[in-house]
Amino acid sequence: MPEKVGIYVCHCGSNIAGTIDVEEVAKWAGENIDDVAVARDYKFMCSSLGQKMIEEDIQQKGLNRVVVAACSPSLHEKTFRRACQNAGMNPYLFQMANIREQISWVCQDKEVGTQKAKALVCAAAERVKRHKPLEPMKVKVNPATLVVGGGIAGLQATLELADAGYHVYLVEREPSIGGHMAQFDKTFPTLDCSACILTPRMSEVGQHENVTLLTYSELEEVSGSVGEFKVKVRKKARYVKEDLCTGCGICVSKCPKKVVDHDFEAGLGHRPAIYTPFPQAVPRIPVIDTDSCIWFERGKCRACEKVCPTNAIDYEQEDEIVELEVGNIILATGWKLFDCEKLPQYGHGRLPNVYTSMEFERLCNAAGPTGGKIVLRDGKTEPESVAIIHCVGSRDARHNSYCSSVCCMAAMKFGHLVLEKTKADVYSCYIDLRCNMKDYEEFYQRLLGEGMHFVRGKVAEVTEASRTPFENGKLVVQLEDTLLGRQRRIPVDMVILMGALEPQADSKEMGLKCGLSCGTSGWFTERHPKLDPVATMTDGVFVAGACQGPKDIPASVAQGAAAAARVQSMIARGVVSIEPIVASIDEDRCSGCRVCNNVCPYGAIDFNAEKEVSVINTALCKGCGTCVAACPANAISGAHFTDEQVFAEIEGVLWDAGQDEGQAPEEPQREADSVVA
Amino acid sequence: MKYAYYPGCSLECSSAAYDISVREVADVLQLHLREVDDWNCCGATEYFSQDELTACSVIARNLALVDPQLDQLVAPCAACYLNLKKTDHLMAEEPAFGAKVNEALAAGGLHYDAGRVRVRHLLDVVYTDIGETAIRDKVVRPLTGLKVAPYYGCQVVRPLNSFDNPEHPTRLDELFTWLGADVVNYPLKSHCCGGHMTQISEAQAFELIRRLLQCAVENGADMILCMCPMCQLNLDAYQRQVNNYFSTSYNIPIVFFTQMLGLAFGIEPGKLGIGKEIIPIEPVLRAKLSGATA
Amino acid sequence: MITIPADKRGLTFLDDVVAETPGGERLVHCMQCGSCGGSCPNGPDMDHTPRTLFALIEAGQRDRVLKSNTMWRCVSCYSCTSRCPQNIPITDVMYALKRISLREGVANGSDAPALARTFTGLLDKYGRSFEFGLASRYYLFNKPLSMLKMGPLGLSMFTKGRMSLIPTKIRQLGQLQAIIKKAKEMGGEA
Ligand SMILES: Cc1cc2nc3c(=O)[nH]c(=O)nc-3n(C[C@H](O)[C@H](O)[C@H](O)COP(=O)(O)OP(=O)(O)OC[C@H]3O[C@@H](n4cnc5c(N)ncnc54)[C@H](O)[C@@H]3O)c2cc1C
Ligand code: SF4
Ligand code: SF4
Ligand code: SF4
Ligand code: SF4
Repeated sequence: MPEKVGIYVCHCGSNIAGTIDVEEVAKWAGENIDDVAVARDYKFMCSSLGQKMIEEDIQQKGLNRVVVAACSPSLHEKTFRRACQNAGMNPYLFQMANIREQISWVCQDKEVGTQKAKALVCAAAERVKRHKPLEPMKVKVNPATLVVGGGIAGLQATLELADAGYHVYLVEREPSIGGHMAQFDKTFPTLDCSACILTPRMSEVGQHENVTLLTYSELEEVSGSVGEFKVKVRKKARYVKEDLCTGCGICVSKCPKKVVDHDFEAGLGHRPAIYTPFPQAVPRIPVIDTDSCIWFERGKCRACEKVCPTNAIDYEQEDEIVELEVGNIILATGWKLFDCEKLPQYGHGRLPNVYTSMEFERLCNAAGPTGGKIVLRDGKTEPESVAIIHCVGSRDARHNSYCSSVCCMAAMKFGHLVLEKTKADVYSCYIDLRCNMKDYEEFYQRLLGEGMHFVRGKVAEVTEASRTPFENGKLVVQLEDTLLGRQRRIPVDMVILMGALEPQADSKEMGLKCGLSCGTSGWFTERHPKLDPVATMTDGVFVAGACQGPKDIPASVAQGAAAAARVQSMIARGVVSIEPIVASIDEDRCSGCRVCNNVCPYGAIDFNAEKEVSVINTALCKGCGTCVAACPANAISGAHFTDEQVFAEIEGVLWDAGQDEGQAPEEPQREADSVVA
Repeated sequence: MKYAYYPGCSLECSSAAYDISVREVADVLQLHLREVDDWNCCGATEYFSQDELTACSVIARNLALVDPQLDQLVAPCAACYLNLKKTDHLMAEEPAFGAKVNEALAAGGLHYDAGRVRVRHLLDVVYTDIGETAIRDKVVRPLTGLKVAPYYGCQVVRPLNSFDNPEHPTRLDELFTWLGADVVNYPLKSHCCGGHMTQISEAQAFELIRRLLQCAVENGADMILCMCPMCQLNLDAYQRQVNNYFSTSYNIPIVFFTQMLGLAFGIEPGKLGIGKEIIPIEPVLRAKLSGATA
Repeated sequence: MITIPADKRGLTFLDDVVAETPGGERLVHCMQCGSCGGSCPNGPDMDHTPRTLFALIEAGQRDRVLKSNTMWRCVSCYSCTSRCPQNIPITDVMYALKRISLREGVANGSDAPALARTFTGLLDKYGRSFEFGLASRYYLFNKPLSMLKMGPLGLSMFTKGRMSLIPTKIRQLGQLQAIIKKAKEMGGEA
């Protein structure tokens, strides 16, 4: 059957038509590209009228190939493929040329833009002519789900799914679930006690019949794809047998070793070598920190073993790899605090009474190291004045240029706690106050009423060098009060640094494992910033909570629930289709050399010893093409990315190459066309 | 190790002590410093205030005069160091500007390729290229018991810094712990000495100087170590006027770090320009460092 | 970054300042945080803090800015520059403002412009700076009374061998002067 190509160039309002002469592109394509049966331009191709136009042309003009030159395929490829399918055409005989993101949004010269649009349209047309009809693969959705990260977002997602009757594996890196919320005293804007609202959720998760809790565990490897992921999880050795431990805590109370707790207590408190991070931990099973345990360090002690009534201590325990099969994955790995010592002018680590926000959370927490008393590092003196510095490592091109969005509110929460618990004056030194969610402005109004001082200016430095007797022995906060246009020095006893929320240190690595990317700031990238905030570019992988960007608890909970809802809809569908873009091996050409078996990053190639050929497991293959390039016998080809298709596309882009010299474009050298089926 | 050496105008006369001690210390450390032949003034901050192209052309003449066999240039003065480095940087960052500078240089028959010479501050060379072990090896008269306040000032650690933290530098602190000195906490160590404000707004300049003196005294320092002629001049030569102005009685010696380095290496005080400071350091040395007085 | 094409935009004072400053494009990103104003050691001695000056530039207050003493009180300590969260080369903006105000003949930094001129005048003449010459000439022409006060300081510097009464000259003075002449021609500065 001869190819009959339809070409549709979209105006996208003035988005494209403003910088590209779309009529000219369509006219040119109709006249210059071989096998084009129809070429049109239209205001909005994605509108129902635009789609209808394609459908009608397919049916009336007998088109068997379609090119739409419009926006990014990540936005509308699905839309147009569906239109083709509705008209009875195989959807893989469609190709998109992105002339918006790749041309009109980044180009100002109309002539140049139009020229480039012609090249992209030509490339798409040359390519689509060589497309083969493909059938999407159907995969049954495993109803079990993996949730990574047991902060409030992960807990919410877990409970939604478990309550709906589906099994959830919850993997948490720390010995207990709870995330940052477990460290907080109160939560803005309502000031309810963080533990009171969090711990019921934690124990519900801990006891849920549909939840398998894997704490002190990390994701090792993910393979497969939506519906049938295979996951390996490393359960780090706790040195305590989970099945025997009753969580009585005798070992913890008898351990003779005490070390500074840099994790849960943010360096303000101590913990024994065998510990649970906090009393309400879920599970209550302790872990031994081998870096501080006397037995592991010097081969002496074993006190915990002696006191344990159920013989649960096991110094020989080793890490264990657990293999799981799940249909979907939700990442809810949260955030970490900016290292405030990167701004030495604020003195953290050098000046004892400069605290980070997380240190202060522990300091004012009733269950914290001081029992909730707000005192200086000496452990007894109550501050007479406290300054809170905003935007430490946020809104700063040298560190993180984004706004961390919750720290203004947290600063006011701290202000309230200081005013409530001490007689101190409190100064908030801010650039802009960001209080833009429900009841947040009201909270600001409340703090104004409570007498918190708000000084507009980013703090220049915190110094112990006094200039006047009045400043002696104080920390002096120096800044420009920008509303007065004057420098001010505010002597205080305590300084709190509102450090930025940053992506977890391993977020890039986690993203790679699960097939997602991180944006320039390092947060996980969602499928669409407005319309699809919890899905990602990888089907079956969702994100929730602060790992997608700084956010407060209500938003994290909402995203956890939203991700769970998306997973439930996948489970309800039962079967999902996946792109048939996988590699395949021509058995006749395969020499059985097995080179490909080792190069596949997804372990998708096995060797059939009987037939002496390699075989691709399509459920694991991601269509990356590594094996295609590696095969010395040219026996492997990647569907939808054959050499022929790619070369045709390149030739198309170069349609005008050599024109300046008045030559016809040269045929590029190519080899092994015969591989193409 | 061989370097080109740019002393700068201050080191010729008002801060000769710095120049003399640099040369002595360099000998001990086997740093071969070859003075740039017929160098000219870097223009301090004053040319940049008037005409950027002339400022850079005047400075670039010095870069162009660096012996073609040498690719590193050491400057002990903070302002010279920054000006030389900044000019090289500007010429590299903005090639069109670099071309203009070269056009001006051509009028004197000279040319300079941006990036050819790496401009270093003396402290960086001593700290990084010589390093702890070699320096500890040379110490024959440890500065034990001497309480020193390390003062970095502005232009070495900011803005084009590559060897120390611009807010909280520590290299000079470390160097002096190697020499056995007692390095006091000096929170104002990278704060401004007032620069040329002594000439323009005396009260303001005196206040900046007073703070630095006060902070050193409060922290128990016997002396302040400088690495810039301007800082040394402001803190030393103006100390008495500051005392008159504020009715204070500061009497703290201000020396170049190389002078104390030389003492630790056993060089005679006279050869290090000790005695040229206005607030004499001799009493401190007599009291605390036996055998190191002239 | 969204840029408005030049033909849709009247050239403003902000544009002039940006054009005069290497890396000056960043100036439009000033978010008025005040890090610079809070850091400046000479802030109390300025009639506008650096941040206020940037607000005035943005507001097109050409006169108030160019007649301000702010840039003339800048001693190039770079505290502002190294702390500006928007990576604005603030110290270089100060230099740019000094140049524009000199060029337009409105410089009002009390004695600072005179000091700058005296200094570079000596440089042009000898190739080296000449501290005695600088001090005497600058004080003689600008603050003859302060000269008396400076007496004891000069004397003690002199007796310590730290002040010379004769300038040093470089050998190839002609070469330097040719470079300066050429640069000034190209820079358009008389
Ligand atoms: C000082 C401060 C005070 C705040 N106060 C409030 C407040 O009062 N009210 C409010 O609404 N918001 C507040 N917030 C914001 C709040 O902290 C976040 O909204 C919330 O923590 C987001 O929850 P999350 O579950 O997404 O992330 P997190 O709480 O960070 O939880 C993430 C979990 O994932 C785990 N994890 C991370 N990486 C891995 C991995 N690779 N494998 C396995 N597990 C992993 C972590 O151990 C952690 O348990 C505050 C923030 C700050 C900085
Ligand atoms: S063996 Fe280790 S964990 Fe157990 S009690 Fe001793 S120190 Fe603590
Ligand atoms: S929320 Fe407030 S403190 Fe936090 S980065 Fe944004 S503006 Fe700064
Ligand atoms: S520090 Fe930078 S952003 Fe802040 S006010 Fe100054 S110039 Fe503007
Ligand atoms: S460089 Fe100038 S404007 Fe900036 S802080 Fe220093 S003196 Fe102030």
